[in-house]
Amino acid sequence: MKNLTALLLLLLLSFGVAASEGVELQDANIDLSNNASLQRGAKHFVTYCLGCHSIKHIRYLRIALDTDVDQKKMLKDIAPEGANIYDQLHSAMNGHDAEKWFGTQPPDLSLIARSRGADWLYSYLKSYYIDPKSPRGVNNLIFEDTAMPNPLWQLQGDQYAEPRKNIWGHEYTTLVIKEPGTLSEGEFDIFVNDLVNFLVYVGEPVQLERQRLGKYVIFFILMFLVLAYLLKKEYWKNIH
Amino acid sequence: MKRSRITECNDWFLERFPLTKLWNEHMAHYYAPKNFNFWYFFGSLALLVLVNQILTGIFLTMNYKPDAKLAFDSVEYIMRDVNWGWLIRYMHSTGSSAFFIVVYLHMFRGLLYGSFKHPRELVWIFGMLLFVALMAEAFMGYLLPWGQMSYWGAQVIISLFSAIPVIGDDLSLWLRGDYVVSDATLNRFFAFHVIAVPLALVMLVFLHIVALHEVGSNNPDGIEIKESKDPWGHPVDGIPFHPYYTVKDLVGVGVFMLFFATVIFYMPEMGGYFLEHANFIPADPMKTPEHIAPVWYFTPFYAILRAIPDKFAGVIGMGGAIVVLFLLPWLDRSPVKSIRYRGGIYKKALMLFVISFLALGYLGTQPATPTATIFARIFSAIYFGFFLLMPLYTRWEKTKPVPKRLTTVHSLEEQLPALIEEITVLKPAATEIGHTAFKGSSFTRQPNPEGIKNVISRLAKKAIGSLD
Amino acid sequence: MNNKGVDQSKRQFLTTALTVVGAVGTGYLAVPFLAQMQPSAKAMAAGAPVEVDISKMEPGQLIRVAWRGKPVWILNRTPQVLETLKTLDNELRDPLSQESIQPESSKNPVRSIKPEVFVAVGLCTHLGCSPTFRPEIAPNDLGDKWKGGFFCPCHGSWFDLAGRVYRGVPAPTNLEIPPYRYITDTQLIIGESAEEASA
Repeated sequence: MKNLTALLLLLLLSFGVAASEGVELQDANIDLSNNASLQRGAKHFVTYCLGCHSIKHIRYLRIALDTDVDQKKMLKDIAPEGANIYDQLHSAMNGHDAEKWFGTQPPDLSLIARSRGADWLYSYLKSYYIDPKSPRGVNNLIFEDTAMPNPLWQLQGDQYAEPRKNIWGHEYTTLVIKEPGTLSEGEFDIFVNDLVNFLVYVGEPVQLERQRLGKYVIFFILMFLVLAYLLKKEYWKNIH
Repeated sequence: MKRSRITECNDWFLERFPLTKLWNEHMAHYYAPKNFNFWYFFGSLALLVLVNQILTGIFLTMNYKPDAKLAFDSVEYIMRDVNWGWLIRYMHSTGSSAFFIVVYLHMFRGLLYGSFKHPRELVWIFGMLLFVALMAEAFMGYLLPWGQMSYWGAQVIISLFSAIPVIGDDLSLWLRGDYVVSDATLNRFFAFHVIAVPLALVMLVFLHIVALHEVGSNNPDGIEIKESKDPWGHPVDGIPFHPYYTVKDLVGVGVFMLFFATVIFYMPEMGGYFLEHANFIPADPMKTPEHIAPVWYFTPFYAILRAIPDKFAGVIGMGGAIVVLFLLPWLDRSPVKSIRYRGGIYKKALMLFVISFLALGYLGTQPATPTATIFARIFSAIYFGFFLLMPLYTRWEKTKPVPKRLTTVHSLEEQLPALIEEITVLKPAATEIGHTAFKGSSFTRQPNPEGIKNVISRLAKKAIGSLD
Repeated sequence: MNNKGVDQSKRQFLTTALTVVGAVGTGYLAVPFLAQMQPSAKAMAAGAPVEVDISKMEPGQLIRVAWRGKPVWILNRTPQVLETLKTLDNELRDPLSQESIQPESSKNPVRSIKPEVFVAVGLCTHLGCSPTFRPEIAPNDLGDKWKGGFFCPCHGSWFDLAGRVYRGVPAPTNLEIPPYRYITDTQLIIGESAEEASA
């Protein structure tokens, strides 16, 4: 018995150590009920990402309905020139060129928030730094040697990686902005947050609706359960 | 006038079809032991989940495309463009995990109360065939979304067959229908998943139930209720399945649906265990994800596979982990069925088995580090030890006398008032001073530390004592 | 087991209540399953209104466009055709289109917004075949009574060049006119009616 407990404890410990490695992700504060943020995120996506990345599993109409934007306004302010409200968000770039320029096709981002997670995306977009050793001149702390150039560098400014040591002598890297961009640091955080918020919404557009419905379904099942329990009790009161 | 017409139609039908007879045989006059406990809910729940899978599956088939170029997108099409497609898909994906939870608990019930022992060996064999068919169904179904995990999971599992000497390579090629997992594989897995295996499952469920109803249900005491009958020929300790167990199972269904709906509406991915994160990336035959793990319900067997440092032996070990379950009725030599009357060795062995099964399940989801592999080997040894040493330790151990009739265990709700009495103490309501004197009747119940301590120590003693 | 103290009315009440709740629940559960067989967002996007440029149409020419996957005809009618249409009333089942499907703006004897441009869904109202365009007068196979129109090869229904059905043929009503409107003088949008656009 004692041996077993020791064994289990050892097991837990060994995995605990293994799990704590890697760069810590920043919290992406997702709020899907914030329509203004989602609308800004959609606009940012169309401006900065849609050039290379499609999100082909969603239509402008769906975004308009879900984030409460008028359809005409959607086409005028958010969607690119000439888009139809029924269109899916296809990228303008063709795959062949992309392969030539980046060595890989920029992936479709419809499900990126579900495969990578919101925190990862948020941290990734904020963790570009200037790295003369890299072929592209930039690198990323979260995703080393990423094929994607930083599309947001003008907004964020020039960020550099600097090695530091913590009080226990462990080395780690911190990112410092040396040349400010067009947005302040706080503004840039909000910008990235809106974008990630939008991508989380795109990952599963039905999320809010699902949670709203769940309440009714669970209430209904509870009602069923209470009645079933009372009926069972009534039938079973003579069984001893 | 009108009523008699209906009766006539009814009679016409019943003269030609033995509906009443079937109903009586399997429901109204099927006598089940009256002491079924918590563990006896999972049979009917497994049936419920099967119905759920078949129904939602049919509707998913209407929009799914079994084509390597279209499959991934068609699943997202179901999730977004098809009306309510997301709900039906989540019901199906959550249902598959629920199926395994329910079936594992159902099988554990068999281990607890010896439901596999004479005369129910065949019930157990049919059940095990069901389990194997269910694993095949789940495995092939998991390829269909054509995500990275689907693809590489299938690649790994099919490659297992290539470990078989002589015919292995040809066999895995034949299974895939291509040199790698491809469109051909997807298409044939689709055919098996939507029609062949479900048919086998339904037929096996039928056989499982017919065989069960022939010999009668076991119970937590592990005694045959048929051995003591009343003057009318009914088992004294039996009650008709309908209405008693139908109404009881409805409660189980309610509780199950509560959990099921919570997962579907609030955590359909279940933290990456029910729907794996990497499966939201389309299959890419050129790039394996950094860490691949099968869905949680296969991980115990996967961990056994990885624990063995030889390809062929690993496959044998993994297959053997399932084959030993088939042999259970003949491995167990104990004269008693239920764990209640077995000796301490079996209880401890079963506990070790459960721990090693869960641990293997956890290890299977994790990367195979050297430490993890060592643990996986230890737990695999325990897993097999439980079964292979069973003929010895079940014969040695001293069992307790088995009663002739079912024993009564007080249910929690019956014990509850006494328990509350014990852990609380009545105190005068602490209102403003002076008022208590007038309102002599206003007492409140407050936690009684002494009582709580007693209850806990009694429970602990009972728990330790129950292992002997 | 004994039956003493069985409260039959309580049992009956609870059974009924549970049955009702169960039936309502099953009913609600059936909704998603039935609704998922309705057209999806993709089908609706594919069925979105279509724009047609008619500036290059010759007199007498018929063009076909797909709207919601159905053939929609646009026919440029000559003045002679419009003259002929006026003489046919006695041979038609529903000359004023009282019982047929068309937007309010096309509910007139020529069944169009502008008389010379005729727009219709090219599917027979009998069993859904697409009739052939036969503008010639009195051809050999159709006989002297044929004044130009649409002939359905499946079951032999006759329609005139305003899509109106003749008497004595299987089709029950005139050809359906889809909702449509003019964006400019030579540009049509099919799938949106003039009434919807002004509303």
